[in-house]
Amino acid sequence: MSLNERITVLVSGYKANPKRLIEDLIHFIFLILGLITVGCVLIITIYLIISGLPAIIEIGPIEFLFGTRWASTASEPAFGILPFILTSIYGTAGAIIIGVPIGFFVAVYLAKMAPRKFKETMQLCVGVLAGIPSVIYGLVGMSVLVPAIRAIFDVPDGASLFAAIIVLSVMILPSVINVSLSALEAVPHEYEEASLSLGATSIETYFRVTVPAARSGIFTAIVLGIGRAIGEAMAIMMVAGNVANMPGLFKSVRFLTTAVASEMSYSSGLQREALFSIALVLFFFIMLINAVLNFLKTRSQKI
Amino acid sequence: MIEGLSTKRKVWCLIMRTLCYISLVIVVALTAFMLLYVLFKGIPNIIENPRMLIETPSVRRGIDGILPDIMNTVYVVIATLIMVLPLGVGAAIYLTEYARNRRVVEIIEFASETLSGIPSIIYGLVGMLLFVQLLGFRTSLLAGSCTLVIMNLPTIMRTTEEALKTVPQSYREGAFALGAGKWRVIRTVVLPTCINGIVTGCILTVGRILGESAALLFTAGLAHRLYGFFEGMANSGATLTVALYVYASERGDFDIAYAIAAILIILTVIINLITTYLGRIMERRNGQ
Repeated sequence: MSLNERITVLVSGYKANPKRLIEDLIHFIFLILGLITVGCVLIITIYLIISGLPAIIEIGPIEFLFGTRWASTASEPAFGILPFILTSIYGTAGAIIIGVPIGFFVAVYLAKMAPRKFKETMQLCVGVLAGIPSVIYGLVGMSVLVPAIRAIFDVPDGASLFAAIIVLSVMILPSVINVSLSALEAVPHEYEEASLSLGATSIETYFRVTVPAARSGIFTAIVLGIGRAIGEAMAIMMVAGNVANMPGLFKSVRFLTTAVASEMSYSSGLQREALFSIALVLFFFIMLINAVLNFLKTRSQKI
Repeated sequence: MIEGLSTKRKVWCLIMRTLCYISLVIVVALTAFMLLYVLFKGIPNIIENPRMLIETPSVRRGIDGILPDIMNTVYVVIATLIMVLPLGVGAAIYLTEYARNRRVVEIIEFASETLSGIPSIIYGLVGMLLFVQLLGFRTSLLAGSCTLVIMNLPTIMRTTEEALKTVPQSYREGAFALGAGKWRVIRTVVLPTCINGIVTGCILTVGRILGESAALLFTAGLAHRLYGFFEGMANSGATLTVALYVYASERGDFDIAYAIAAILIILTVIINLITTYLGRIMERRNGQ
């Protein structure tokens, strides 16, 4: 059937039944609405690549990614973002090392041992912790944590990678707890009953049967935490000191996110383009994490 | 506990149990500390100077005021919800009611998950490029709201979708059997039954907008001037969260910062109470 014929058939069909035209139109509108998210993802990706690539090419990819000196406003500017990349990686790793065990044990307790009322209260607590705006974490970090670190560790300035790690580990707690909790709750009770009937204590059952069975959900929680930590900007901008140093636990540092946020307002020319390139690198990391999340999801669906 | 357990097993159990309790205490203490510390530091500032809630700040007259920031927040919330609701609910309806091609559903869901994983600072940058520069909105509340629309689309989509899935298939079949068209069934039967889920999504979105700063910094700007709704949309303005950031880290004015923080914390707790309550209603209904 040629295109013309098809259209004639379609039109005559609609003439016979005008209601169908409206239904099909509405279907079409909803299809467009559904595809908006896809459009948004495409626009974001394309925009970041278009605005981020030129500076990387101009500076040289190796020099940009592995250069250790960032001096964007110097008379002889240097654009090496290795300090930011390493800081982001170290900061995230630190937050995971502190935050995940705490979140994991709380999730096990809430899923298996807590009385119902207490569990509901705790879930509300975790919800509030998740809802607190990140700038408030930054504010409390600035006025409590930073002076405390200066006093306890006797360093000249408390605004450091360490302060950022503490703030980040608090901020990833809610997602780690919530996701592990639902994974642990989804484990079939038969597993636990079998283990209990074989003579294992309840604690042994929870940690040796339930937790391994909920493994992929707990991995998802960790990866989600990594995503949260690597993307956080405002809170750590307020506590990390914001100097482009190579990372050290008590050194003032800059993350990928804070590098973008702190210079954007007064940047121009190549410096501005380089900031977009940093955003592109950050986006690349996030996409990597998304890919891992997706892999985990499809694998857990198969099981 | 069973008698005759080997010492090694007893010790292991004890250690695990203790670790659980320690972690629990840490989380409870943290939540209590964050809430109480901010409230204790912030509320006295508000009580001491209650006029700040209804004043526009003026350096010349030496007054502090956060009314413009409050109003900006309200404007951004309203504008974002007006835009994101039709888009998000529509997308969710497409996914649950219309889509037959599994491939398309997978692509849309993948896109929505990707969107929810993108950090807000990247939204800020893209919003700046797209809305502020390319579409010529300048740094304004409208540009900020548009950025927040993209950010919150996945939240509205997910909550609506979950609610739509709980609507029993028999409702739809009953309506179809009476001769209603698909659109009519959705409009008169499906949507009213899942209004709870849509409301939950809205409240979650309000919570996220209240807490958002990085995405608004470059799109909505930092001004503290009082406008009406439409005038405000066209002009730059700081929301409460952005104002908090500016006061704390650029001006070092911690009194106002903590006052704003206290307001935000109270709102956060209220929002959480409402969503928990709505969630419980939904659960009860699904249980029946």
